[in-house]
Amino acid sequence: MQPGSYGRATSAQLDATFAALADPTRRAILARLASGEASVTELAAPFEISQPAISKHLKVLERAGLISRGRDAQRRPRRLEARPLAEATGWLENYRRLWEGNFQRLDALLDELKAKKKRGRGKR
Amino acid sequence: MKSIGNLKVVARGDLEIMMTRVFDAPRSLVFDAYTKPELLKRWLGVFGGWTMPVCEIDLRVGGAYHWVWRNADGREMGVRGTYREVVPPERLVNTEKFDEPWYPGESLNTAIFAEQGGKTTLTSSMRYVSREARDGVLKSPMETGVAASYDRLAELLASGEIGKRERR
Repeated sequence: MQPGSYGRATSAQLDATFAALADPTRRAILARLASGEASVTELAAPFEISQPAISKHLKVLERAGLISRGRDAQRRPRRLEARPLAEATGWLENYRRLWEGNFQRLDALLDELKAKKKRGRGKR
Repeated sequence: MKSIGNLKVVARGDLEIMMTRVFDAPRSLVFDAYTKPELLKRWLGVFGGWTMPVCEIDLRVGGAYHWVWRNADGREMGVRGTYREVVPPERLVNTEKFDEPWYPGESLNTAIFAEQGGKTTLTSSMRYVSREARDGVLKSPMETGVAASYDRLAELLASGEIGKRERR
């Protein structure tokens, strides 16, 4: 897990993943694809934006490697590619774990401070 | 055990990391724990042999802070910055730059402490100078963090809490 051991490709991939995930429409599209592949028309249906706009979002997701196109030449269904997403959430999870460690120590300290405050009040 | 898992972390936009966390204490205490040296050095980044022997805080707008962590081998890691906003017990804004930088530029950190029913919700955001810097931070948690994960992993392995399935 040395940061330096990650190649440039991986790093660029991760940048693309984070950028792609920054948009709520794209996150909604990914959520929809999590329950199975879908055509562009199907993906556009729940949104109040044009199909070309959806196609643009799909292109971003595709470039980030988050989705791919299925075999059906007519429907060109899009499907979710799990790996880059798993990598991005993996990094967030590492970061989260680091801070959760800090905050659990803070929890313990706050309990101590609360108890001290109570005792202080009792004495008065 | 009450708080395990209530920390939320998201990458917001291109430049920010945002965390939210609820603490079972009034915000005056949480604010103190963030701003009083004798309290801060009890929880921030101190694990796996790392302590914070230097914790200087000049808590006023334009005031500087300097914190240094040291591990059992004598290795040191320092961070410093300036307070931009100090509004006890609700808001704290400061710059952050490590003595040995591991991400480009400095970050601007904002902590907001909101209290409801005796509990405090902390909203903490770190804003970096570029997306590369932000993503870099997400990708390489600071060394102490990495060390700590290894220490925790070692502890868990020793205690048998981690089964064969997760062993690599």
